[in-house]
Amino acid sequence: MISITHFLIVSAIIFCIGVYAILAKRNAIMILVGIELMINASILNFVAFARYDSVNYGGQVFALFAIVLAAAAVAVGLAIILNVYRHYKTIDPKNINELKD
Amino acid sequence: MSVDFILFYAFAVMAIGSALLLVSIRNTARALFLLFIVLFAMAGLYLFALADFVAITQILVYVGGVLILLIFAFMLSNKSLLSDIHTVSHRLTALPNLPSFLLASVFLAILLFALSSWNNNMPEWMAAAEADGSLIQPTENNIRMLGFKFMTQYVLPFEIISIFLMMALIGAAHISRKGERP
Repeated sequence: MISITHFLIVSAIIFCIGVYAILAKRNAIMILVGIELMINASILNFVAFARYDSVNYGGQVFALFAIVLAAAAVAVGLAIILNVYRHYKTIDPKNINELKD
Repeated sequence: MSVDFILFYAFAVMAIGSALLLVSIRNTARALFLLFIVLFAMAGLYLFALADFVAITQILVYVGGVLILLIFAFMLSNKSLLSDIHTVSHRLTALPNLPSFLLASVFLAILLFALSSWNNNMPEWMAAAEADGSLIQPTENNIRMLGFKFMTQYVLPFEIISIFLMMALIGAAHISRKGERP
């Protein structure tokens, strides 16, 4: 049986890689990928703690909810990215600096 | 060292290594295909926490849905590839990326420090579960219990999240429509 510390270390490393991707990338799609990495790290935390909860199964249930939330976020985010690309002809967040036409 | 430790470390090294390669590579298409490997390895890690249904859902939803959407969006907006190639910095810790690298590594240090100071005293519900041996066992029927919980205890969040998902998908289809935009 693998102790919970191993899961927490792996999830912390994946989370920080996601933070780096969000801060350093100049492409909106790669920023979304960074958000996906962070959500995956938190799902790994949920699942690792869920093993101690055989009464309520709260961790696994909310891990499934987090997966659904991530899918909805990606669908709306990609629609917005495509609209922004159609308008500005770029998806670099540095160049997108005005709201009105 | 038993075989499950070896498999766990193999999956962990695969996930962390391809995630590091994902953030350091310049080509966005290759980065998206590296995300495939990261998500599969994370699903393998969920299996070691005895969450088989979460692992299968991860493969179905992420690899089947989210990643296809990401690749579609990349292919519909890939004119920005050209500007990506002409940038000067190639290394992971090149000068424009140094602040973000520092911030991420300092945050990782804080997380690991918090983890090392947490490990000495576990929360009481975890200690109680470990004491009376009520952990989830590998022989348990996990999916059956999850079905019961979804339909009894967590039925209100389940319905809310289904309506939320429908709203989000209709909204995404509405936003990305082509014609008659004001």
